[in-house]
Amino acid sequence: MMPADHQGPVGARPAAAGQELRLSTPLLALIVLYLGFSLIAPGFATVENLWTIADRCAIPLILAVGTTFIILQGSIDLSIEGVMAASSLTVALCVLNNRTGLDLGLFGLALATLAGAGLGLLTGLAIIFLRVPSFMVTLGVWSASTGIAMLLSGDQPPLIRDSVLRALGLGRSLAVPNLFLVAISIVLLGYLLQNYTRFGRYSMVIGGGEDLARLLGLPVDRCKVLAFAFAGLLSGLAGALESARIGLGHIDVGAGQMFATISAVVIGGTSLGGGRGGVLQSAVGILTLAVLADGLVFIGVSPYTQKAVQGALILSAALVATWPHRGRLRIVK
Amino acid sequence: MIEPILRVEGVSKSFAGVRALDDVSIDVRAGEVIGLIGQNGAGKSTLLKVLAGILRADRGSIVVRGTPVTLANVGAAAASGISIVFQEQALLPNVTVAENILLGHESPALHAGFYNWRTLYALAAAQLDKLGARISPSALTATLSFGERQLVEIARALAVEERTRHAPIILFDEPTSMLDPKGIEAVLGQIERLRQRASIVFVSHRLDEVLRVSDRICVMVNGRSIAIRNRATCKVADLERLMLGRELDAEDDQQVPLLKPGAKVILSVRGLTRHSSYQDVSFELHSGEVLGIAELAGSGGESLCRTLFGAERADAGEIILEGRQVRLRQPADAVRLGIGYVPAERRLDGIIGSLGVRENMTLAHLDDLRRGPIIDMAREREVVKSWIERMQIRTPEADTPAQDLSGGNQQKVVLAKWLVGRKLKVLILDHPLRGLDVGVKAEMFSLIRELAEAGLGVLLLADTVDEVMALSHSIIVMKDGFVSGRFSATAAKPSRLQVLERMV
Repeated sequence: MMPADHQGPVGARPAAAGQELRLSTPLLALIVLYLGFSLIAPGFATVENLWTIADRCAIPLILAVGTTFIILQGSIDLSIEGVMAASSLTVALCVLNNRTGLDLGLFGLALATLAGAGLGLLTGLAIIFLRVPSFMVTLGVWSASTGIAMLLSGDQPPLIRDSVLRALGLGRSLAVPNLFLVAISIVLLGYLLQNYTRFGRYSMVIGGGEDLARLLGLPVDRCKVLAFAFAGLLSGLAGALESARIGLGHIDVGAGQMFATISAVVIGGTSLGGGRGGVLQSAVGILTLAVLADGLVFIGVSPYTQKAVQGALILSAALVATWPHRGRLRIVK
Repeated sequence: MIEPILRVEGVSKSFAGVRALDDVSIDVRAGEVIGLIGQNGAGKSTLLKVLAGILRADRGSIVVRGTPVTLANVGAAAASGISIVFQEQALLPNVTVAENILLGHESPALHAGFYNWRTLYALAAAQLDKLGARISPSALTATLSFGERQLVEIARALAVEERTRHAPIILFDEPTSMLDPKGIEAVLGQIERLRQRASIVFVSHRLDEVLRVSDRICVMVNGRSIAIRNRATCKVADLERLMLGRELDAEDDQQVPLLKPGAKVILSVRGLTRHSSYQDVSFELHSGEVLGIAELAGSGGESLCRTLFGAERADAGEIILEGRQVRLRQPADAVRLGIGYVPAERRLDGIIGSLGVRENMTLAHLDDLRRGPIIDMAREREVVKSWIERMQIRTPEADTPAQDLSGGNQQKVVLAKWLVGRKLKVLILDHPLRGLDVGVKAEMFSLIRELAEAGLGVLLLADTVDEVMALSHSIIVMKDGFVSGRFSATAAKPSRLQVLERMV
């Protein structure tokens, strides 16, 4: 149906989404959730518990930033846990440990992060050149990198003895967990990339209409490879930092993170179809899941029920996100 | 003689052995508007795509301002100052207006790799100002109306000017075919204004439009440019004759054949209401009757059609098909009951582009073609072949992807999809002639008449009152969701004015 106003004067409109943090539904839900737990669970609304929540969501925040760009472009990354495992073993074997004679210190951390970036780069190149959907490629990379991690691990997971790294993983600066500070920096970096660089804006464009982007001669392939390399880098960093925290190189450092990250990105309002959402929205999603998990412990809900509640939250978030677009002929996949 | 801005010399292009462009030569002078006309499949769109760098010519040369150029891609065309405004709007809904206008050319607004949004908005605003468009560059494109989005597209085409330091060459691929009269006026107005700062190639099916805005008109037939005429020296009838290679039959003016007396009622609608779209609509549709709905866009007719196909819910009222009240919860119900629907958005709702002509034709009625649980392929092929012949669908093969057909032939496939079903009783046509050229339109006219004569009930929503009047036995007029006038088949035929009066 043709709209009637074809050329009527149009007043100034509010700035575009993504450039400002609006009081969106997910953010509102997060605030309500936090206030709700504060009311019913004594001891929940303390500064100390706030830092506990911050510590809990540091690693997922780092992962969500990378995943956001991939989902914005309309792809998916299922390799998170495998890449984390590979990077975990890499860092544990490169810094002072009980298995190898190496003692590279923070350089080992950088090496593990770069290993993640390398895996991400390979993933991106495979998607572009082999023309296999990201779903399948990343599933393969997940499995392959888990395999690499298993080979490196052997029977005995290496113990990390590097004190600087352990301090980074466990320590606090001015009461704030170090890892949370790292995570916040990464979120800020992601926000800047998303809103102020071509890579970020083109990611949005690719998600909104890849065919059009190609027709206009935009470097679509380069952006996609970049997104996977960036996500791989962050998965690598997250795997190494988690190892620093637990003091162990282990193939299971990423267990459950892929599910949590993708759920959080969706809860925050980033569309799995691509082209809608952003880094800050995903951060809100991560915080929501963290507050929920923490609050449920406070009110004494069993871990089994927690999973169910989490699932219900994800479902309702998806429902809220898609509700305005309902119609008889709308396609749901 | 002044050197033309753009010279096309002997350009040819073939697709899988079919000549789409055959030795085409044409030139465009500074500040000139060239109208490009021809039947569907005459090669207009192909020529435009070659000029825009989307397709590469097999042979021939393109000379811009005296320099031969190779237009390898859209970027190269833009670098030569050529840009295209697509038929279907090619804008990204999820980013800002400014980003759409400057897409791929943001560098002047980047500082050390970072966007300076204020600069970006200012650059975009400069383009919008050329059009006198009051659209905020920071607005999200999805929030714009259809007409505003078209202005944004034109602004994007104009942005080429800044990069080449020359007046741009702007190609318009049927910019008006999807618009209502008001929208068309707006676009034609823009083209008039652009004349000051650009050279324009303009493709349209509406010859009166072409005559109004073009300085010269190029007629294409079967991939060849057969004539170039000055506006001053030609008339619509001349152009029609050149395009079709024959006089257009006076078919359009034919009297609608009389409805057989005593035809039974197939579909009857009583008090149908959808609060957001139309109120208390009642009518009866007889076997063999074409019932036209005359309305201005957005008066409820489209929504009514979609309700009768089960795609939108009605809030109140009854739908009675052959004496039995029916409930249409989804389109599948309508299909099962023998109701067919040809949607206005052909590409979106009418065909599945990647599937072949054969599959598109039969997919709604595979039940009629199966033997037990298995589809009778031989019969399917036979049925499809007979409809391709009967409707004169121009397709290389029965399995050619529907998206490769021209618009008119796609529309025939959509129509055939419903006719394949053996129990079709009611056919709903939602703007079936939109975007079709005069030749195909004439064919569709006789097809629709033929179908009605065979006993179908046809509900017709058309783009113009003239189309409604030429085809319909009876007419209902809708205004703001209400039925504001009725002209039944038995009464005297109303005049055009009588119908128009009820619409506004």
